[in-house]
Amino acid sequence: MRYVIIGNSTAAIAAVEGIRRVDAQGAITLVADEAYPTYSRPLISYYLEGRVAEEDMGYRPPDFYARQGVQVRLGVRAARVEASSRRVVLEDGDELEYDRLLIATGSRPLALPVPGLERPGVFYFNRFDDVRALARVAAPRRKAAVVGAGLTGVKAAEALARVGVHVTLVDLAPYPLSAVLDPAGGEMVRRRLETAGITLRMGCALEEFVGDSRTAQVFPGEWQDLKEKYRRCLVGQHRLTGVRLQDGSSLQVDFAVVAAGVVPNVEVAEGTGVEIHRGILVNERMETSVEGIYAAGDVAEGWDLVRKERRVIATLPNAYRQGEIAGVNMAGGNLAFAGGVAMNSVNVCGLHVASAGLSNAEGPELEVMVAGDPPRWRYRRITLREGRLAGFACIGNVGRAGILTALIRAEVDVRPFQLRLLDEGFGLADLPEPVRRKWDWERGERSWASR
Amino acid sequence: MSSKRVVWNEEACIGCRLCQVHCVTAHSRFPGDVLKAFKLDPQRPVPRLVVEETGPLSFALSCRQCEEPECVKSCLTGALGIDRQTGTVKVEEARCIGCWTCVVACPYGAIRAGAGDHPVASKCDLCGETRSVPACVEFCPNEALRVEERGV
Amino acid sequence: MALSMRVPSYQVHRNPQRCIDCQVCVRQCTYGVHAWDEDFQAVVADDAKCVNCHRCVVFCPTGALAVTPAPHTFVPNANWRSDDLREVYLQAETGGTLLVGMGNDRPYKIFWDHLLLNASQVTNPSIDPLREPVEVKTLLGRKPDALHLSGGGLQEPLPPELELEVPIMFSAMSFGSVSLNTQKSLARAAVEEGTYWNCGEGGLHPDVLPYAHRAIVQVASGRFGVSVDYLNAGAAVEIKIGQGAKPGIGGHLPGEKVGDEVSRTRMIPLGSDAISPAPHHDIYSIEDLRQLINSLKEATQHRKPVGVKIAAVHNVAAIASGSVRAGADFLVIDGFRGGTGAAPLRIRDNVGIPIELALAAVDSRLREEGIRNHASLVVSGGIRNSADVIKAIALGADAVNIATAALIALGCHMCQMCYRGRCTWGIATTDAALTKRVNPDIGARRAANLLRAWKHEIKEMLGGMGINAIESLRGNRLALRGIGLSERELRILGVSAAGE
Repeated sequence: MRYVIIGNSTAAIAAVEGIRRVDAQGAITLVADEAYPTYSRPLISYYLEGRVAEEDMGYRPPDFYARQGVQVRLGVRAARVEASSRRVVLEDGDELEYDRLLIATGSRPLALPVPGLERPGVFYFNRFDDVRALARVAAPRRKAAVVGAGLTGVKAAEALARVGVHVTLVDLAPYPLSAVLDPAGGEMVRRRLETAGITLRMGCALEEFVGDSRTAQVFPGEWQDLKEKYRRCLVGQHRLTGVRLQDGSSLQVDFAVVAAGVVPNVEVAEGTGVEIHRGILVNERMETSVEGIYAAGDVAEGWDLVRKERRVIATLPNAYRQGEIAGVNMAGGNLAFAGGVAMNSVNVCGLHVASAGLSNAEGPELEVMVAGDPPRWRYRRITLREGRLAGFACIGNVGRAGILTALIRAEVDVRPFQLRLLDEGFGLADLPEPVRRKWDWERGERSWASR
Repeated sequence: MSSKRVVWNEEACIGCRLCQVHCVTAHSRFPGDVLKAFKLDPQRPVPRLVVEETGPLSFALSCRQCEEPECVKSCLTGALGIDRQTGTVKVEEARCIGCWTCVVACPYGAIRAGAGDHPVASKCDLCGETRSVPACVEFCPNEALRVEERGV
Repeated sequence: MALSMRVPSYQVHRNPQRCIDCQVCVRQCTYGVHAWDEDFQAVVADDAKCVNCHRCVVFCPTGALAVTPAPHTFVPNANWRSDDLREVYLQAETGGTLLVGMGNDRPYKIFWDHLLLNASQVTNPSIDPLREPVEVKTLLGRKPDALHLSGGGLQEPLPPELELEVPIMFSAMSFGSVSLNTQKSLARAAVEEGTYWNCGEGGLHPDVLPYAHRAIVQVASGRFGVSVDYLNAGAAVEIKIGQGAKPGIGGHLPGEKVGDEVSRTRMIPLGSDAISPAPHHDIYSIEDLRQLINSLKEATQHRKPVGVKIAAVHNVAAIASGSVRAGADFLVIDGFRGGTGAAPLRIRDNVGIPIELALAAVDSRLREEGIRNHASLVVSGGIRNSADVIKAIALGADAVNIATAALIALGCHMCQMCYRGRCTWGIATTDAALTKRVNPDIGARRAANLLRAWKHEIKEMLGGMGINAIESLRGNRLALRGIGLSERELRILGVSAAGE
């Protein structure tokens, strides 16, 4: 069996591990446009801070590919897939034949429809190259705007602030992490960011990146041009002078980071007949609509267990689960994924924020319970839907939140003990005896479901 | 390959939490001395097992050493993994950034946020390198804990 | 509320250099002595509540705790001892009968400690039990006056007997007075070591049915849990007339201890008080006792020995004689040091007589009347070690019952608070959480160890006397000498003075 994997991040690595659980022999070729061995994307903010060195960025040990018997083609983009002849055509003209193909191309930052985005000095915060470049401009007392107060933007702002950069965090949303937190939780994060010296401009849209008119422009959002863009910035062929906001005010900045969400890198699948919606549509086995082609990770649009619809869940844990299942199935195994649950855990300037499922949603079909003491950095929000746990957010103390995550997946009736869910001491002993007796996740969802 | 883990007998667990005291000690700078571990170790670790109690029910829960560990699959950095030799789930502490994604992933709540200047994920390591029998098992006054070996 | 005039009996000493604030003591104490104080950020102790059970001391992982008598003192007074004052203060507060657990703790003469064993020198060789067999097997039950043989076998079958691999059994302790795990521990140890346990007057819980073939089932005045199945499940039946700790007094298991399990096992409503009347309301004479014995033998098809347990009281010899004549296959005589889960203090400390004297009197009387072989004699109430056992056998007992010693083996530290139901050692309680403190695996192992240890010692002492079977010691008072005893005491005990 010949396997080709496009991508080299979580879902791709998980797929390698999945394939090898079933098939120790088959030839695996992994191709990726980034030139680095697999690294942990969330570590880029730690790299920027200087807390993690380049050699410690690895998502897997350096001998991973050799040990797993994987041929790697790094630094080469897969240009297109020819599904009829089962070939992947690389940018350099090479062709790779496959029996099973996994598309795990991930996502890229959303290119904001804002003038000046193409200016050197406007950075993204997604790849190692982004922070390698940023590390050279981020210096104490310089000024930066971070556009987008989601998880990525917040981590970028924190890292820059730790380096000594004066950071202003800009977002149209009324508070940071608005995608996962409710206003009360977001307010805590705002306070924490401000304590760390970050200026927040919330509820404020960006109008323009203002710069030196002499600056040569690069086409926006095109990956191949990012390096060139960063290069020009670094050699000083630009001056980003500031950003202009919709309320008419301006911020003087030396550089900016755009972290306004991500879009799936579906291009490689275009023209193959693979069904694409927002991401590449996959079933519970991670199969696309074309036989032999699988997709997993940020590029895939799979079943969302909580929202009960197909949706891109761009989180690392979800990428691993999907990638592994894809790998096992590509190698002839038979695993079905019950569905993803969006789950995040992040440390914002020392404040732990964890969320899963419908962590900030409201609605007539939802019952929301909150507890905590926000001034003392404690908050817990529980969302119930039809007596089932549909989501949670824990701020300050995230201890044992995994039991809540599993309760979401277990879809058990939590009404008999629903108030206990708000207690930081909530544990397995609080589960009704029959549920506790079958609380077995040692073989993942399968062992839970089988009991 | 077989793997080991600590299992509890809830008929015998009396909720005294001596397991936690000895777990802390075993992972401190003074593995053989409770007093020194608690009095002299400025970076005293947190216990790697949780004692749960409601009414007469109590049990000391530690890592189940899952065959399909959610924590490993969720780990952002690859710091968590299954040890090839022992089959147990282990944390490579130097690579852990303390994001607690594993804490939010573990269905048992068996991973705890560590203590100290550089807090890392703290979970049962079966006292692997230091003792032949995990400290919690050895010192459980009511023999409520034991090591179970499981074929994989 | 008016000031209580009581003063603490004990003081808890916490060595701050050793206390690590782990709060294990807080969780182990069931009397609310230890507590975590948020303001002090330290564990504190309320001495007044301490009963000196040692649970915290044993569990403290750093040895930071010690309990001593409280340092304050009453004015020394040979007549009004501190206990007398404390008891008056308490009764003046409550207006109630004083209750207490375990056996009489007053400094009455312990005759075991005034009896010395013999040993072989020169003329008869001693035996090394490691090299030669020393038999301690004991059979309990009626022995026929004569054996009639025909056709190479016995003409009629022998009466039913209990076979003991060691002449030590566990006394009656009901599920309710002790936790189920305590009962399980002793039951398993009895099975393992080839002896018997006694379920007391609380019925047989399903969990102990696997050990019922080594159980003596009790029929007492409350008749709790008694049914034909119950009678036939055990190895023998014991009619309980009296108990050494509280002769003349019935039993009272308060309703709060009658939970689900106890209620089912005793066959009484949940939460109702389980009252065992002082007398059996169907026994007012030896003839009535004979009727009950016969009924029980009928109910068990004469396959099980039926015994009678009485407290050692003043005319114990006559009562014993009557009971044997009424058909008892074995007699259990419980001395005034016998333990209890709850007894009125005054009764416990002032009623009954020492087992040593009662045993000597009963054995002598039955021999004089020529009916000693009609029943086996089991004594209990203050057997502390294997030397007490062997002295009892030399005084005439077939076997002994132990309970206090067995509970100590399980962890009891003799705080005497059994009646409060909060036993920190998980023994004298039915609280579901506290019950777990006795792990039957550990309890059975420890109780069995105790039996084995005593068995070794008994063999050693027998061998030293040049005796290779415990049968040969039974009632052999020549093996004993008295020391520090009056002429009269020596006469009652039937032993010579040391040097004679």
